[in-house]
Amino acid sequence: MIEKIIFYVFAAILLAAATLVITARNPVHSALSLVLAFFSSAALWLLAEAEFLGIALILVYVGAVMVLFLFVVMMLDINLSVLREGFARYLPLGALVGVIMVLQMLLVLGSAEVDLGTLSTEAASASTEPNNIRLLGSVLYTVYVYPFELAAMVLLLAIIAAIMLTHRRRGGTKHQDISAQVRTRKEDRVRMVRMPTERKNDS
Amino acid sequence: MLALSDYLVLSALLFSIGMAGIFLNRKNAIVLLMSIELILLAVNFNFIAFSSFLGDIHGQVFVFFILTVAAAESAIGLAILVVLFRNRGSINVGDLDTMRG
Repeated sequence: MIEKIIFYVFAAILLAAATLVITARNPVHSALSLVLAFFSSAALWLLAEAEFLGIALILVYVGAVMVLFLFVVMMLDINLSVLREGFARYLPLGALVGVIMVLQMLLVLGSAEVDLGTLSTEAASASTEPNNIRLLGSVLYTVYVYPFELAAMVLLLAIIAAIMLTHRRRGGTKHQDISAQVRTRKEDRVRMVRMPTERKNDS
Repeated sequence: MLALSDYLVLSALLFSIGMAGIFLNRKNAIVLLMSIELILLAVNFNFIAFSSFLGDIHGQVFVFFILTVAAAESAIGLAILVVLFRNRGSINVGDLDTMRG
Protein backbone atom coordinates (compact mmCIF):
# COMPACT_ATOMS: atom_id res chain seq x y z
CA MET A 1 0.00 0.00 0.00
CA ILE A 2 2.74 2.43 0.97
CA GLU A 3 4.52 1.39 -2.23
CA LYS A 4 1.53 2.39 -4.26
CA ILE A 5 1.28 5.80 -2.59
CA ILE A 6 4.98 6.48 -3.24
CA PHE A 7 4.58 5.39 -6.84
CA TYR A 8 1.64 7.67 -7.51
CA VAL A 9 3.21 10.66 -5.78
CA PHE A 10 6.41 10.40 -7.79
CA ALA A 11 4.51 9.62 -10.99
CA ALA A 12 2.43 12.77 -10.53
CA ILE A 13 5.57 14.83 -9.92
CA LEU A 14 7.18 13.27 -12.99
CA LEU A 15 4.27 14.01 -15.30
CA ALA A 16 3.87 17.56 -13.98
CA ALA A 17 7.57 18.24 -14.45
CA ALA A 18 7.52 16.75 -17.95
CA THR A 19 4.57 18.94 -18.89
CA LEU A 20 6.41 21.96 -17.54
CA VAL A 21 9.45 21.04 -19.64
CA ILE A 22 7.56 21.37 -22.89
CA THR A 23 5.41 24.36 -21.93
CA ALA A 24 7.76 26.64 -19.97
CA ARG A 25 8.47 30.01 -21.56
CA ASN A 26 12.06 30.16 -20.43
CA PRO A 27 14.45 27.34 -21.47
CA VAL A 28 16.15 27.60 -18.05
CA HIS A 29 12.86 26.65 -16.40
CA SER A 30 12.53 23.79 -18.86
CA ALA A 31 15.98 22.50 -17.93
CA LEU A 32 15.26 22.73 -14.20
CA SER A 33 11.94 20.93 -14.66
CA LEU A 34 13.77 18.22 -16.55
CA VAL A 35 16.08 17.86 -13.53
CA LEU A 36 13.00 17.34 -11.34
CA ALA A 37 11.65 14.80 -13.82
CA PHE A 38 14.92 12.86 -13.73
CA PHE A 39 14.93 12.91 -9.93
CA SER A 40 11.42 11.52 -9.63
CA SER A 41 12.06 8.89 -12.27
CA ALA A 42 15.19 7.84 -10.39
CA ALA A 43 12.97 7.36 -7.33
CA LEU A 44 10.58 5.25 -9.39
CA TRP A 45 13.45 3.15 -10.69
CA LEU A 46 14.57 2.55 -7.11
CA LEU A 47 11.01 1.40 -6.41
CA ALA A 48 11.28 -1.04 -9.34
CA GLU A 49 14.42 -2.53 -7.77
CA ALA A 50 16.81 -1.04 -10.32
CA GLU A 51 19.00 0.61 -7.70
CA PHE A 52 22.15 1.01 -9.75
CA LEU A 53 20.40 2.61 -12.68
CA GLY A 54 18.42 4.93 -10.44
CA ILE A 55 21.61 6.25 -8.88
CA ALA A 56 23.37 6.32 -12.26
CA LEU A 57 20.50 8.38 -13.64
CA ILE A 58 21.02 11.00 -10.94
CA LEU A 59 24.80 10.98 -11.29
CA VAL A 60 24.96 10.97 -15.07
CA TYR A 61 21.89 12.97 -16.01
CA VAL A 62 21.37 15.42 -13.18
CA GLY A 63 25.09 15.69 -12.48
CA ALA A 64 26.47 15.92 -15.99
CA VAL A 65 24.00 16.18 -18.82
CA MET A 66 21.61 18.66 -17.24
CA VAL A 67 24.48 20.85 -16.06
CA LEU A 68 25.67 20.86 -19.66
CA PHE A 69 22.17 21.83 -20.79
CA LEU A 70 22.03 24.66 -18.26
CA PHE A 71 25.46 25.92 -19.29
CA VAL A 72 24.47 25.98 -22.94
CA VAL A 73 21.11 27.62 -22.26
CA MET A 74 22.75 30.33 -20.22
CA MET A 75 25.65 30.78 -22.63
CA LEU A 76 23.44 31.40 -25.64
CA ASP A 77 21.73 34.74 -25.81
CA ILE A 78 18.34 33.55 -26.96
CA ASN A 79 15.57 35.75 -28.22
CA LEU A 80 12.64 34.15 -26.41
CA SER A 81 9.82 35.89 -28.24
CA VAL A 82 10.96 34.59 -31.64
CA LEU A 83 11.27 31.06 -30.35
CA ARG A 84 7.83 31.13 -28.76
CA GLU A 85 5.92 32.25 -31.82
CA GLY A 86 3.80 29.51 -33.32
CA PHE A 87 3.37 27.80 -29.94
CA ALA A 88 -0.36 28.52 -29.81
CA ARG A 89 -0.71 27.53 -33.46
CA TYR A 90 0.89 24.14 -32.92
CA LEU A 91 -0.83 23.50 -29.58
CA PRO A 92 -3.95 21.75 -30.98
CA LEU A 93 -1.86 19.56 -33.29
CA GLY A 94 0.59 18.62 -30.53
CA ALA A 95 -2.17 17.87 -28.05
CA LEU A 96 -4.00 15.80 -30.66
CA VAL A 97 -0.92 13.74 -31.47
CA GLY A 98 -0.20 13.23 -27.76
CA VAL A 99 -3.76 12.12 -26.98
CA ILE A 100 -3.82 9.77 -29.97
CA MET A 101 -0.56 8.15 -28.93
CA VAL A 102 -1.77 7.71 -25.33
CA LEU A 103 -5.01 6.14 -26.56
CA GLN A 104 -3.13 3.78 -28.89
CA MET A 105 -0.83 2.58 -26.14
CA LEU A 106 -3.67 2.18 -23.65
CA LEU A 107 -5.57 0.21 -26.27
CA VAL A 108 -2.60 -2.14 -26.61
CA LEU A 109 -2.27 -2.50 -22.83
CA GLY A 110 -5.97 -3.07 -22.33
CA SER A 111 -6.47 -5.59 -25.10
CA ALA A 112 -7.27 -9.18 -24.27
CA GLU A 113 -4.17 -10.52 -26.02
CA VAL A 114 -1.82 -8.71 -23.64
CA ASP A 115 -2.12 -10.40 -20.27
CA LEU A 116 -0.06 -8.43 -17.81
CA GLY A 117 -1.80 -9.65 -14.68
CA THR A 118 0.21 -12.86 -14.49
CA LEU A 119 3.46 -10.99 -13.97
CA SER A 120 4.28 -9.91 -10.47
CA THR A 121 7.43 -8.80 -8.71
CA GLU A 122 7.21 -11.47 -6.03
CA ALA A 123 7.59 -14.36 -8.44
CA ALA A 124 10.40 -12.61 -10.25
CA SER A 125 12.43 -11.40 -7.30
CA ALA A 126 12.27 -14.71 -5.46
CA SER A 127 14.90 -16.22 -7.73
CA THR A 128 17.19 -13.24 -8.14
CA GLU A 129 20.00 -12.10 -5.95
CA PRO A 130 19.16 -9.20 -3.64
CA ASN A 131 22.22 -7.21 -4.69
CA ASN A 132 21.27 -5.42 -7.87
CA ILE A 133 24.73 -4.00 -8.55
CA ARG A 134 26.46 -7.37 -8.22
CA LEU A 135 23.89 -8.94 -10.50
CA LEU A 136 24.31 -6.22 -13.10
CA GLY A 137 28.10 -6.33 -12.91
CA SER A 138 28.21 -10.11 -13.25
CA VAL A 139 26.35 -9.81 -16.55
CA LEU A 140 27.95 -6.61 -17.78
CA TYR A 141 31.55 -7.79 -17.51
CA THR A 142 31.00 -11.27 -18.92
CA VAL A 143 28.23 -11.54 -21.48
CA TYR A 144 28.24 -7.88 -22.45
CA VAL A 145 31.95 -7.15 -22.26
CA TYR A 146 32.32 -6.21 -25.93
CA PRO A 147 29.25 -3.92 -25.98
CA PHE A 148 30.64 -2.41 -22.78
CA GLU A 149 33.92 -1.61 -24.54
CA LEU A 150 31.97 -0.21 -27.46
CA ALA A 151 30.05 2.04 -25.08
CA ALA A 152 33.38 3.35 -23.82
CA MET A 153 34.40 4.03 -27.42
CA VAL A 154 31.14 5.88 -28.01
CA LEU A 155 31.83 8.10 -25.02
CA LEU A 156 35.39 8.77 -26.20
CA LEU A 157 34.06 9.64 -29.64
CA ALA A 158 31.54 12.01 -28.06
CA ILE A 159 34.30 13.75 -26.10
CA ILE A 160 36.48 14.18 -29.18
CA ALA A 161 33.57 15.29 -31.36
CA ALA A 162 32.30 17.83 -28.85
CA ILE A 163 35.76 19.31 -28.33
CA MET A 164 36.52 19.42 -32.05
CA LEU A 165 33.19 21.07 -32.81
CA THR A 166 33.39 23.79 -30.21
CA HIS A 167 37.15 24.36 -30.10
CA ARG A 168 38.09 27.69 -31.61
CA ARG A 169 41.71 28.52 -32.40
CA ARG A 170 42.12 32.23 -31.91
CA GLY A 171 44.61 34.22 -33.99
CA GLY A 172 47.58 35.82 -32.30
CA THR A 173 48.20 33.10 -29.74
CA LYS A 174 51.65 31.52 -29.60
CA HIS A 175 51.79 27.79 -30.08
CA GLN A 176 54.20 25.17 -31.36
CA ASP A 177 54.05 24.11 -35.01
CA ILE A 178 55.40 20.63 -34.63
CA SER A 179 55.51 19.75 -38.32
CA ALA A 180 57.52 22.90 -39.05
CA GLN A 181 59.88 21.94 -36.26
CA VAL A 182 60.37 18.46 -37.65
CA ARG A 183 60.74 19.63 -41.24
CA THR A 184 63.53 22.06 -40.51
CA ARG A 185 66.95 21.46 -42.08
CA LYS A 186 70.46 22.31 -41.07
CA GLU A 187 70.79 24.95 -43.82
CA ASP A 188 67.90 26.94 -42.38
CA ARG A 189 69.36 27.23 -38.96
CA VAL A 190 73.17 26.98 -39.08
CA ARG A 191 75.38 29.56 -40.76
CA MET A 192 79.06 28.70 -41.26
CA VAL A 193 81.22 31.73 -40.67
CA ARG A 194 84.85 31.81 -41.74
CA MET A 195 86.91 34.11 -39.63
CA PRO A 196 90.65 34.36 -38.97
CA THR A 197 92.01 33.20 -35.69
CA GLU A 198 92.92 35.97 -33.41
CA ARG A 199 96.25 36.28 -31.76
CA LYS A 200 96.34 36.17 -28.07
CA ASN A 201 97.13 39.51 -26.68
CA ASP A 202 100.43 39.30 -24.80
CA SER A 203 100.86 41.91 -22.20
CA MET B 1 1.02 -4.04 -4.83
CA LEU B 2 2.16 -2.35 -7.98
CA ALA B 3 1.27 -3.88 -11.29
CA LEU B 4 3.25 -3.84 -14.50
CA SER B 5 0.53 -1.84 -16.21
CA ASP B 6 1.11 1.06 -13.78
CA TYR B 7 4.62 1.47 -15.07
CA LEU B 8 3.59 0.97 -18.68
CA VAL B 9 0.82 3.59 -18.50
CA LEU B 10 3.20 6.07 -16.88
CA SER B 11 5.74 5.37 -19.61
CA ALA B 12 3.13 5.84 -22.34
CA LEU B 13 2.10 9.18 -20.86
CA LEU B 14 5.71 10.31 -20.60
CA PHE B 15 6.40 9.28 -24.19
CA SER B 16 3.38 11.20 -25.43
CA ILE B 17 4.39 14.30 -23.49
CA GLY B 18 7.79 14.14 -25.14
CA MET B 19 6.20 13.61 -28.54
CA ALA B 20 3.85 16.59 -28.02
CA GLY B 21 6.86 18.64 -26.92
CA ILE B 22 8.47 18.08 -30.31
CA PHE B 23 5.33 19.41 -31.98
CA LEU B 24 4.91 22.37 -29.65
CA ASN B 25 8.47 23.66 -29.63
CA ARG B 26 9.29 23.53 -33.29
CA LYS B 27 11.43 26.64 -33.13
CA ASN B 28 13.52 26.08 -30.04
CA ALA B 29 16.26 23.51 -30.65
CA ILE B 30 17.17 23.22 -26.96
CA VAL B 31 13.67 22.22 -25.91
CA LEU B 32 13.61 19.77 -28.83
CA LEU B 33 16.67 18.07 -27.34
CA MET B 34 14.95 18.01 -23.93
CA SER B 35 11.88 16.39 -25.49
CA ILE B 36 14.10 13.71 -26.96
CA GLU B 37 15.50 13.12 -23.48
CA LEU B 38 11.95 12.67 -22.16
CA ILE B 39 11.18 10.12 -24.88
CA LEU B 40 14.34 8.17 -24.08
CA LEU B 41 13.39 8.25 -20.40
CA ALA B 42 10.00 6.74 -21.26
CA VAL B 43 11.68 3.95 -23.21
CA ASN B 44 14.00 3.28 -20.28
CA PHE B 45 10.95 3.09 -18.00
CA ASN B 46 9.54 0.28 -20.12
CA PHE B 47 12.81 -1.61 -20.07
CA ILE B 48 13.15 -1.30 -16.30
CA ALA B 49 9.54 -2.26 -15.62
CA PHE B 50 9.77 -5.39 -17.75
CA SER B 51 13.18 -6.24 -16.33
CA SER B 52 11.81 -5.98 -12.82
CA PHE B 53 8.61 -7.90 -13.44
CA LEU B 54 10.19 -10.68 -15.49
CA GLY B 55 13.19 -11.02 -13.18
CA ASP B 56 15.53 -10.59 -16.13
CA ILE B 57 18.61 -8.40 -15.60
CA HIS B 58 19.32 -8.00 -19.32
CA GLY B 59 16.75 -5.23 -19.62
CA GLN B 60 18.72 -3.18 -17.13
CA VAL B 61 21.91 -3.74 -19.09
CA PHE B 62 20.12 -2.37 -22.12
CA VAL B 63 19.05 0.70 -20.16
CA PHE B 64 22.70 1.18 -19.20
CA PHE B 65 23.69 1.31 -22.86
CA ILE B 66 20.79 3.60 -23.73
CA LEU B 67 21.95 6.00 -21.01
CA THR B 68 25.46 5.95 -22.46
CA VAL B 69 24.36 6.65 -25.99
CA ALA B 70 21.87 9.32 -24.86
CA ALA B 71 24.58 11.14 -22.91
CA ALA B 72 26.85 11.10 -25.97
CA GLU B 73 23.98 12.25 -28.18
CA SER B 74 23.08 15.20 -25.99
CA ALA B 75 26.74 16.24 -25.64
CA ILE B 76 27.24 16.29 -29.39
CA GLY B 77 23.84 17.88 -29.97
CA LEU B 78 24.65 20.71 -27.60
CA ALA B 79 28.08 21.16 -29.21
CA ILE B 80 26.40 21.47 -32.60
CA LEU B 81 23.97 23.96 -31.07
CA VAL B 82 26.82 26.09 -29.73
CA VAL B 83 28.56 26.12 -33.13
CA LEU B 84 25.25 26.92 -34.80
CA PHE B 85 24.65 29.85 -32.49
CA ARG B 86 28.19 31.09 -33.09
CA ASN B 87 27.73 31.03 -36.86
CA ARG B 88 24.11 32.10 -37.25
CA GLY B 89 23.39 34.01 -34.05
CA SER B 90 20.17 32.09 -33.47
CA ILE B 91 18.98 28.61 -32.56
CA ASN B 92 15.71 28.93 -34.40
CA VAL B 93 15.17 25.73 -36.33
CA GLY B 94 13.27 27.69 -38.98
CA ASP B 95 16.43 29.66 -39.83
CA LEU B 96 18.29 26.55 -40.92
CA ASP B 97 17.39 26.70 -44.57
CA THR B 98 20.76 27.05 -46.28
CA MET B 99 20.40 23.58 -47.82
CA ARG B 100 16.96 24.29 -49.18
CA GLY B 101 16.89 23.73 -52.91
